[in-house]
Amino acid sequence: MRRIMYYVKPYMGGMLIGLVIKVLATLCELFLPRALAYIVDEVIPRRSVGQVLAWGGVMLLASLLAWRGNIVANRRASKVARDATESIRLDLFTKISYLSSRQAEGFTMPSLISRATTDTYNIHQMLGMMQRLGVRAPIMLLGGVIITLTMDPVLTLTLVAMMPFIAVMIWQVTKRGVPMYRKVQEAADRFVRQVREAVTGIRVIKALSRTEYEKKKFAAINEEVVVKDQKAGMVMSLMNPLMNLLLNLGLVLVILIGAWRVNEGLSSPGTIIAFLSYVTLILNAILFLSRMFMIYSKASASAARVTEILDAPEDLTRQETAEDGRSCGNSRQDGNLPQIVFDHVSFSYSGGSPDVWEICFELEKGETLGIIGGTGAGKSTLIQLMMRFYDVTEGRILLEGKDIRSWDKQELRKKFGAAFQNDVIFEDSIAENISFGRNLSREEILEAVHLAQADTFVQEKGLDAKLAIKGADLSGGQKQRLLIARALAGKPDILVLDDSSSALDYRTDARLRQAIAGHFSETTKIIVAQRVSSILNADLILVMDGGRVIAKGRHEELLKNCEIYREISRSQMEVSE
Amino acid sequence: MKKHVMLRLGKYLLQYKWFVMLVAVLSIASNLLNLVGPMLSGYAVDAVKPGQGAVDFGTVFYYAAWMAGLYAGASLLTYLLTAVMLHITRKVVYAMRRDVFARLMELPAGYFDTRQVGDIISRISYDIDTVNTSLSSDLITLLSSAITVIGSFVMMLLISPVLVLVFVVTVPASLLLTKKLTGITRPLFRARSRELGELNGFIEEKMTGQKTLKAYGQEENTIGKFQEKNTEAVNAYYHADYMGSMVGPSVNLINNISLTLVTVFGSLQYLKGAISLGNISSFVLYSRKFSGPINEAANIISDFQSALAAAERIFRLLDEAPEKPDLPEAEILQEAQGDVDIKDVSFGYTPDKEILHHVSLHAPRGKLVAIVGPTGAGKTTLINLLMRFYDVNQGEIRVDGREIRSLTRDSLRRSYAMVLQDTWLFYGTIAENISYGSETASREDVVRAAKAARIHDYIMSLPKGYDTILSDDGTNISKGQKQMLTIARAMLLDAHMLILDEATSNVDTRTELQIQEAMRNLMRDKTCFVIAHRLSTIRNADLILVVRDGDIIEMGTHESLLEKKGFYHQLYRAQFE
Repeated sequence: MRRIMYYVKPYMGGMLIGLVIKVLATLCELFLPRALAYIVDEVIPRRSVGQVLAWGGVMLLASLLAWRGNIVANRRASKVARDATESIRLDLFTKISYLSSRQAEGFTMPSLISRATTDTYNIHQMLGMMQRLGVRAPIMLLGGVIITLTMDPVLTLTLVAMMPFIAVMIWQVTKRGVPMYRKVQEAADRFVRQVREAVTGIRVIKALSRTEYEKKKFAAINEEVVVKDQKAGMVMSLMNPLMNLLLNLGLVLVILIGAWRVNEGLSSPGTIIAFLSYVTLILNAILFLSRMFMIYSKASASAARVTEILDAPEDLTRQETAEDGRSCGNSRQDGNLPQIVFDHVSFSYSGGSPDVWEICFELEKGETLGIIGGTGAGKSTLIQLMMRFYDVTEGRILLEGKDIRSWDKQELRKKFGAAFQNDVIFEDSIAENISFGRNLSREEILEAVHLAQADTFVQEKGLDAKLAIKGADLSGGQKQRLLIARALAGKPDILVLDDSSSALDYRTDARLRQAIAGHFSETTKIIVAQRVSSILNADLILVMDGGRVIAKGRHEELLKNCEIYREISRSQMEVSE
Repeated sequence: MKKHVMLRLGKYLLQYKWFVMLVAVLSIASNLLNLVGPMLSGYAVDAVKPGQGAVDFGTVFYYAAWMAGLYAGASLLTYLLTAVMLHITRKVVYAMRRDVFARLMELPAGYFDTRQVGDIISRISYDIDTVNTSLSSDLITLLSSAITVIGSFVMMLLISPVLVLVFVVTVPASLLLTKKLTGITRPLFRARSRELGELNGFIEEKMTGQKTLKAYGQEENTIGKFQEKNTEAVNAYYHADYMGSMVGPSVNLINNISLTLVTVFGSLQYLKGAISLGNISSFVLYSRKFSGPINEAANIISDFQSALAAAERIFRLLDEAPEKPDLPEAEILQEAQGDVDIKDVSFGYTPDKEILHHVSLHAPRGKLVAIVGPTGAGKTTLINLLMRFYDVNQGEIRVDGREIRSLTRDSLRRSYAMVLQDTWLFYGTIAENISYGSETASREDVVRAAKAARIHDYIMSLPKGYDTILSDDGTNISKGQKQMLTIARAMLLDAHMLILDEATSNVDTRTELQIQEAMRNLMRDKTCFVIAHRLSTIRNADLILVVRDGDIIEMGTHESLLEKKGFYHQLYRAQFE
C-alpha cells in the first residue's frame, strides 16, 4: 500500500485543494440546520416576512455553494484517482514488459493479466472512493467530538473510551480480511486461466465434444471463487454491525453516566439530549469509515499483488564479464572475429539436469547455420539462449567477440530478425504486423512481402487490411510467410527462422530459400528445420539429439560421418528415387 | 434496453425469491429496531430529572438495559442481513458466470476469431464483479431507503398536507434531474466498461506475444501503445465519474432547496397562524429523514449505472446466437462406418467471398483421402465443414448416406478423431491431456498411446512422468512434442473417421518415420482426411485431391497424378529443387 501512496504523492497539492473545497462545501451544508434553528428561534418571533425571505435567500445561497463545491471536489478526486491509476498501470505494464521469460513464467500468464487488469481496477476504485468518503466522515467525526467536548468533557471522554475497542476491532477484522481477499484474487487467477484455455481451445473442445466436461470444470473454479469471496465478505461485514454495537453501547454508557452526573448536579438533561443527537452524527461518520475500510482491504490485497511485480528484481542484467574463456577449437586464423560463438554452453530450464549440454560452434558473418534434430532435441533452446531470453547456466555466448551478457539487451536483439515456432500475429494491419513498430517504409515492407513469397495473398487482402485476432483469417502457411516477412523486413544482421516454414508447400519453400540466399548474402542465417532440403547448403549444420550436438559439418560430410543425419536425410529423400 | 437489463437482472434474483423476501423482512426489522432505539433513549432521559438526587435510577437502568439488548439485536440482524445478501449475490454471480461460460461453449468457433480473449475474460470477471458489488451493497440501501421514505411521507402528510405541496415541486424535480443525468451518464458508463474490456484484450494479446515483442525490441513501442489504451480507459472511467459525481450533489441541492422552502413557507404559515412551531420542527425532522435516503439513493446511482452497463455487456454476450441448434428430429450418429460424400459444396465465411466452389468428392469407408495444394487454397475450410464448425452455403455433405445437418453435432464430431496443426494443451497433467476426449481411458491406455506416438520416453525423462503438470501454454515443451501428445490423444479415441491437418508438420522426419507404423495403425479401417505438405506422408493415399483457389483441379492416385504432369507434378518436383 505504501508503494501505491507513492503514486498519489505528486497529486497531494491538488488533493489538498480538493479537500479544502470539500470541507467548505460540507460546512455550508452543516450551516443549513443552524440557519433553520435561527429562523425558528429568532426571526419568527419578530414576525417579519421580509427577514424570513432574506434568511431563506441565505439558505438558498448556502445550498448552491454546497452543490458547486461538492461537484468540484468530487471531480478533483476523480482526476487524482485517474492520474494515479494511469501511472500505476503504466509502470506495472512497463515492468511486466521487461520481466524476463523466467520471471514471467514464475508469475504465470493469467496472474500477470489479472494483476494488470482487475487489481488495478480495484485500486482505481479505492483511490476515488477514499477521497470522496474520506473527507466527509472525518469532518463529521472531528466536528462532532469537538462540539461535544465543549458541552460536557466527561461525557465525551466516555464516548472516546470506546475508541480503543473500535480500533482493535478494525485492526483485527482487517488483519483477517486482507489475506482472504488475497486468496480470492489467487483463485481469480485460476479462473482467468480456465476461461482463457477454454476460449483458445474451443475448436478442439468442440471436436472432442467435451463442452459439458469444460462446463463442469469451470463450475468447480467458479464455485471456488464465489465461496472465497463470500467468506471474505462474511469477515469484512462483521465490521459494520460491531462498530454500530460498540458505539450504541457507548451511548447507553453516556446515558448512565449522564444520569449519575445530573444526579450529582454536574450536568442537565438538556445537555444529554443535545449530546445524543451529536452522537448520531458521529455514528454516521463512523459507518462511512467502516465502508472505507472494506474497500481499503480489497484494494490493499490488490496493491500487494501489484507491488510484488513492481518490486521484482531486474533479471538478465547487463554484466561486465571476463574476456577470456575456453575456445572451441577450429578458430580461424584470418583475424576476423566470428559473428557468433557458442563456447561450451549448457543450460537448464528447471535448474535440474541440463536441457542442452556443452554446445560449441562458431559462425562467420554471412554464413548459414542449419540446426536439425529430433523433436525436443534442444534446437529452439539454442535460439532462445542466443537472443538472451534466458541466461546460460554454464559457458558463454559471444556476439561479435563480446559476451552477450555484456550487451545492451535492446542492442543485442536489434541484431536479430526472427520468426519463431509459436509466433504471434497481432490484431492489426498486415503492414503493421510486418513493420512491427520499426517505422519501415512502404517499399521495405513490400520487398519483404515479396521475398517471403507472400505477394499473392497480401495483394489480394491489401497491405492495410486488418487481420483477425491471432491471424485467425489466415491459413497456417500464410501466417508463416507473414512472420518470415516480419523477420526479413528489418534487414537484420542475423536472421533466425525457427522451424518457420513447416506449413509451406515445397515449391514455396524452395522459392523462399532462393530469395533469402540471393538477397541476404551479408546476413548470418540460422535456420532450424525439419527438412534436410531447407539446410542442404548451410555452411555449418548441427545435428542435435537429446540436448547435445552429436555431429557438425557440411551436408556432404555429415552424410558420410553421421548415422542419424543419414537416416533423416534418407527418410525425406527416399520418395525421390 | 435499460428496463430490459433490469428485468433480466431481476430474473436472476427471483430464482432466490425466498432469500430476497428474507432480506426484505430482515431489513424492515433492523430498521424498526434502529428507530425504537431513540425512543427508548427518550424514556431513559425523561427519567433523568433535573436537580441533585432527583434521578430515578431504577427506570434509567431499566431502559438502558433494554437499549443495550435492542442494539445488540439490531447489530445481529444487520449482520444476518449482510450474510443473506452475500449468499444471494454469490448464487447470482455463480449463475451468471455459469451461463456466460455455457454460452461461450455453444458459440460458433468463428465467434472467437473476432473477439480478443481478454475482452471475453473482462466480461466474465470484471463486469460480473461490478454487478456483484452493486447488488450486494446497493440493493440493501435502496430497500431500507424505500422503507424510510414511505414512513416519513406518511408522517409529513399527517402533520401538514399544505407543506407537503413543497415536495410536489421538489420530488418531481429531483426525479427529472436524475433521469436527465442518468440519460447523459449511461453512454459514459457503457464506454467505461467497453474501454476496460479493450484494455484487457490488449494486455492479453501482448502478453501472449511477449517473446516476439522482446525479440524485436518492441517493449517501448508496445508500452507506448498501451499508454494510449490506458489513457483511453482511465479517461472513460473519469468521464463517467465526472458526470456521475454530479448526481449526488445535485439531488442534495434540490433537497436543500426544499428544506429552505419548507422553512420559509412553514414560517409564513406560522405567521398566518395555520400551524404551530412544534409542527414546523417535527416536519423539518421528518423531511430530513425523507430526503436523507433519497440522497443516499442518488449517491449510489452511479454505482448502479456502472452495474447496468456491465450487465448490458454480459447480456449482449448471452444474446449472441449460438450454433444453430440441432434439428429436433436430428439423429444420433452411432458407429459411423465412415462413408463420406461431399456433393457440390460451395462455401464462404462471409457472403461476399466464396472460398470453395462446387466441390464434390466421395471418400468410401476406410480410404485415405489426401488434400494437397498451395497454402490458402481452402483445405482447412473443407475440414471445418466436415466437422460442422460451419454449415455449407450450398450443396450437402453425407456421412453413411445421411445428410450431416440431420445429425446431432455432438455425435457427428465424436465420430471423428482430429489432430490439428495448432495444438492445444491445457493446464493439467500430461496423462489428463492425453486422455482428454476419452473419459474411460485407463493409465495403461494412456501409456500405450504415448508409446505408440513415441512420446513415452520423453515423458518418462521428466521427474514426475505422466503426472507432470503442463503449465501455461506449455512453455517448455517444443511444438513437435505438443503435436505428438495430441497424436497420442487422438489414438485413444474410438472413431471411424480421422482428420489430420498438418498433424506432424513440426515433428522431425525421423521421428515421423518412427511413428508411421503407429499412424498406420491409427489410420487402419478409418476414413482419413489428411492435409500435409510433405508429399511423402500422402504418397500412399487412395485418393489425392489437388485444391487450388477453392477448386479441385486434379484428382487421382500418386502415380496417375505424376503421369498427368499437371500441377501435382509441379508441386512434387519442387521438393527436390
